[in-house]
Amino acid sequence: MSTSALTQFEAALDELGASATHVERDAFGDHVEELLDPPAVGVTLEETLGDDALSLDGTSVSVDPTPVELREATTGVTAATLGIADYGSVVLTPTTRGSELVSLFVDRHVVVVRASDVVDDMKTAVDTLAVEFRETGGSAIVATGPSATADMGELVQGAHGPREVHVVVVEDE
Amino acid sequence: MSKADDIRRLMRTEGAAVAANAQGFNEGRYASVAELDDYEGLKAEARAIKEDAIERLPELLDQLRESVESNGGTMYVAEDAADANDYIRSVVADRDADRVVKSKSMTSEEIEVNEALAADGVDVVETDLGEWVLQLADEAPSHIVAPAIHKSREAIADLFAERFDTDEPLETAEDLTHFARERLGEQIVDAQVGLTGANFLTADTGSMALVTSEGNARKTVAATDTHVAVAGVEKVVPTVEDLRPFVELIGRSGTGQDITSYVSLLTPPVDTPVVDFTDDETPLSAFDADREFHLVLIDNGRMGMREDDQLRETLYCIRCSACSNSCANFQSVGGHAFGGETYSGGIATGWEAGIEGYDTAAEFNDLCTGCTRCVNACPVGIDIPWINTVVRDRINRRDDEAAEWLVDGLTPDEEDEGAPLQKRFFGNFETVAKLGSLTAPVSNWLAKTDASRWAMDLALGIDPRRELPEFQRETLVDWFAGRESRVADPTRRVVLYPDLYTNHVQVERGKAAVRVLEALSVDVVVPPVPSSGRAPYSQGMVATATDHAERVSDALAPHLDDGRDVVVVEPSDHAMFTREYARLVDEEPFARLSANSYEILEYVYGLLENGADESAVRSGDGAEIAYHSHCQQRTLGLETYTVGVLERLGYDVATTDVECCGMAGSFGYKSDYYELSMDVGERLRDQLVADDVRDRPVVASGTSCLEQIDSLLERQPRHPVELLVE
Ligand code: SF4
Repeated sequence: MSTSALTQFEAALDELGASATHVERDAFGDHVEELLDPPAVGVTLEETLGDDALSLDGTSVSVDPTPVELREATTGVTAATLGIADYGSVVLTPTTRGSELVSLFVDRHVVVVRASDVVDDMKTAVDTLAVEFRETGGSAIVATGPSATADMGELVQGAHGPREVHVVVVEDE
Repeated sequence: MSKADDIRRLMRTEGAAVAANAQGFNEGRYASVAELDDYEGLKAEARAIKEDAIERLPELLDQLRESVESNGGTMYVAEDAADANDYIRSVVADRDADRVVKSKSMTSEEIEVNEALAADGVDVVETDLGEWVLQLADEAPSHIVAPAIHKSREAIADLFAERFDTDEPLETAEDLTHFARERLGEQIVDAQVGLTGANFLTADTGSMALVTSEGNARKTVAATDTHVAVAGVEKVVPTVEDLRPFVELIGRSGTGQDITSYVSLLTPPVDTPVVDFTDDETPLSAFDADREFHLVLIDNGRMGMREDDQLRETLYCIRCSACSNSCANFQSVGGHAFGGETYSGGIATGWEAGIEGYDTAAEFNDLCTGCTRCVNACPVGIDIPWINTVVRDRINRRDDEAAEWLVDGLTPDEEDEGAPLQKRFFGNFETVAKLGSLTAPVSNWLAKTDASRWAMDLALGIDPRRELPEFQRETLVDWFAGRESRVADPTRRVVLYPDLYTNHVQVERGKAAVRVLEALSVDVVVPPVPSSGRAPYSQGMVATATDHAERVSDALAPHLDDGRDVVVVEPSDHAMFTREYARLVDEEPFARLSANSYEILEYVYGLLENGADESAVRSGDGAEIAYHSHCQQRTLGLETYTVGVLERLGYDVATTDVECCGMAGSFGYKSDYYELSMDVGERLRDQLVADDVRDRPVVASGTSCLEQIDSLLERQPRHPVELLVE
């Protein structure tokens, strides 16, 4: 990650109609709380982000919800393993805890990425994923901005997936 | 209904919606690819990956099978549609599923799996909003990426009002989207089987890439316990790394998005828990990710295409739709006319010929005029016009239409009764032109009589509303032979190629070219040389075109030996020498001819850049002018030279940016296509009568363009070289 990558990442997000904010690790919980449009659900972020400070405990987010709770929720909070600066994309990893469901079956997706995980370009991101896929047989969604369709005569945001995307960039230690 | 009636009807009913969307995508493409640092490099990389993958296809398929199986999935290679459908039906039956939700997949349209499953009583729901609209309306896609572009918002609102009992009338695109989302959302969470396509498959990991924007493909996979992916065998690439150029190019090339909202890179079966969406007690993480995965790969003619030296390239296609959107004819008629059973746009000719056969390809193959505007747009560098030419040639040879004595007598060609009458007439235009000049002006008078126009329409399908070219009695070659060249101490020496039109019809522009070159101290000769073969080439008469190409190459060789450059007035002939001849003559003569051929204004540009005396040609003195470049000239990157020369000479130049004038050689003369040709021309006309352009004299480089503009405007257009002489 370089400062310029972060600047580019945020500029790209802005262009996509997604918003982004910065936060220090110790202010994480309070910051997330402000971004929620309740009711909110989420998955444990610690395992993806590898940092116990990045926890949703203490927020109003219902972590590991039931399917019915998920369907009634407005906001979903999950973590991204990578950010891609030149596209404003985030890389979401479907987990056994249902991260894919929480990212997808909501109107507003709040996605958390560590500043140090923002890479410069698509090539770096795909190369990183390639190594990971060969090791773990994993999957990833490169998500860029809100879900959208032009099938109903003009561009509408919020087709099957979220209508709004907010990216929280966490400053590293 | 006749072909012509069909085209007219589609232009009337769907033309406006298709045009607005396809042109929007096309403009988006130009803007989006311009942001890439190395667009050409990325395309070359994508092309190389596909070439390699198709070359090694059997080996990669074996590797892919191993990967998929070691991930816990199964892979089935189906020989044809019926085989694929039987397999999918058995998967659905084994799961005891009553609903299958689908994300958009052209390959599944190809095998018509919806019908096969419906026959078993399975509820198949398309979840892509455009596909769902078509499913409700019982219509076919009109575009390979945006299937419902032929439907306006109003038409969709009417459809929903008719099919559903909604509380409030749905009007805005937002209302309609929201309604569809809710309705489909309910159906998705209730389904057992999720059926997707796959844009790419990686042999090393057994992963697939799905390129989407709505999020329905993600839901289709995440909400069901049985994932079936259907794809052509050609979708495999060696490694995950290989996905990168495609991820960056596919959205930009298609709808002009830098990247679509979601690129799912899945290694199925995915880890997402399979949940019961009505459960309000169990947390998500407590559900198992107990999911089956079936990869169904489809041959259906593709392995045969791989063996076919001409059709093979089709398999590189990533179905981005650039060749639809950049196509002037497609912009007017859409995929319902310009398409076959499944695929549409320029490359559809290759797909449909390989998959369905030549009958299907023959239905729409004529709509490719060979303008080449799709060539630079294709992210994997497929020579789409060539595929259309080859298939046309094969169709000609297969159609056993008896050639008539009249045209046979008139047109000795290499096609051996292959091509139909109309194609042979246009394909042998050289003979017509020679006779025309020989007998002018009588030939022109005769051709104008109602009786001959009627006969031409009847026998040759030449539309009576078109003005025919007027042949000049004195050809350019004759005129030149009768004069002394007068350059004393030449800086360069050229052979000016007397193309068919410049030699027989637009002789004045040829004379202007000679005078400009001589004024710039160039020694010129204008020997008789056979016609380039462009005419037969565009009719799919490849053998005749090859014969022309060889004769032209032989005729020009001594001049090249003699150190002369070849200068060409007609851009479509220049493109033959520098592009198409690569397929028609041997490598060495092609390399020499193409390296030494110049379009006339390109050559003038070079002369001026190298110190020729600018004051020897007429200056523009700040005059305003409108310039329409020629499609093939633009593909070769040559528009800039004409603009450069005119600006250098002091003209204020406004340029058009439509992809094609619509005439495209003989295309606009054909009765079946007259209206379409004029519809395409209208877009050019709009630009030439725009506020700032309306009063400018018009210049254009191509013969066809000049004829088309002549019929579109009051102003008579000229060739730019004519501006340079007094
Ligand atoms: S032929 Fe090329 S431009 Fe046309 S759809 Fe295929 S990849 Fe795109």
